[in-house]
Amino acid sequence: MAKQSSIEQDGIILEALSNAMFRVELENGHVITAHISGKMRMHYIKILTGDKVKIEMSPYDLTKGRITYRYK
Amino acid sequence: MPKGLFYKTKDEIELIRESSLLVGKTLAEVAKIIKPGITTLSLDKIAEEFINDNNALPAFKGYSGFPNTLCISINSHVVHGIPSKYVLKDGDIVSVDCGVVKNGFFGDSAYTFSVGEVNPKVLNLLKITKESLYKAIEIAIVGNRLGDIGEAVQSHAEKNHCSVVRELVGHGIGRSLHEAPEVPNYGKKGSGLKLQEGLVIAIEPMINLGKKEIIHDVDGWTIRTADNLASAHFEHTIAIGKNKADILSSFEFIEEVLRKKFENAII
Repeated sequence: MAKQSSIEQDGIILEALSNAMFRVELENGHVITAHISGKMRMHYIKILTGDKVKIEMSPYDLTKGRITYRYK
Repeated sequence: MPKGLFYKTKDEIELIRESSLLVGKTLAEVAKIIKPGITTLSLDKIAEEFINDNNALPAFKGYSGFPNTLCISINSHVVHGIPSKYVLKDGDIVSVDCGVVKNGFFGDSAYTFSVGEVNPKVLNLLKITKESLYKAIEIAIVGNRLGDIGEAVQSHAEKNHCSVVRELVGHGIGRSLHEAPEVPNYGKKGSGLKLQEGLVIAIEPMINLGKKEIIHDVDGWTIRTADNLASAHFEHTIAIGKNKADILSSFEFIEEVLRKKFENAII
């Protein structure tokens, strides 16, 4: 049986919550909460509302994600 | 969640081989009865009985709530099709995925069969998918990396104008059905986990005739291609070796049955 790996999707930041969490609207319309990845934290990459970002999501919980890239 | 990364001893690999060979034999039993007019549910029943008769248990039944023993995926279904009253017809391709647990160790293998006369483009897809599996197995030796395996499958498929499914991956296997590491069918050469002896993985290329996008079906399990074109799936459980990977499962039983069928068809 094939395993479902993490799904990568693009989304737009709707609002910034506390603790580096963000509410993101995905391309398919779903709104999820996502946190900024450690790598982005390490390099002090800031994310503001309205930014287009790449989200990594687990197939086991489709309401949470990890922001892995901010597009220019 | 995938379980941790375990390297297996030679004895454990032999037990995994036993389970994987049983999967091969089960798929051969299914191959014997595949023909137009039969329902996918009856294929499932035969497989379950065969597995139980061999002192083993089906690995998929009850896994995250999966209701049956086999994943049967027709035509544009990629994987995880649920056996139903669907009647096989001439021109279909049927992808059968089977898992078995015996003596606490799991085996996982899959094969895509053609029913009757199939469109030559689709038959070619089956050939390419099987070839990409064997190309990946050639690369699965100590010293190479997981990314090399993915790159091998991806380059062979894309060279032949097919696409590789991204969302579903192969996996480690042993004491659980899905273990670390994930074995994607796409990748970059030189990236990923370094392959070591004792690593047992299931490589399962899922290749689409059209585009790579997939849709999750409303039944919660079946995965379909977004453009409704055919998709093929072949899987072997292998153990990484020094100069050559050890293929633990086998298509020999299946291909013996298919050869006999073909001979009888000519006569």
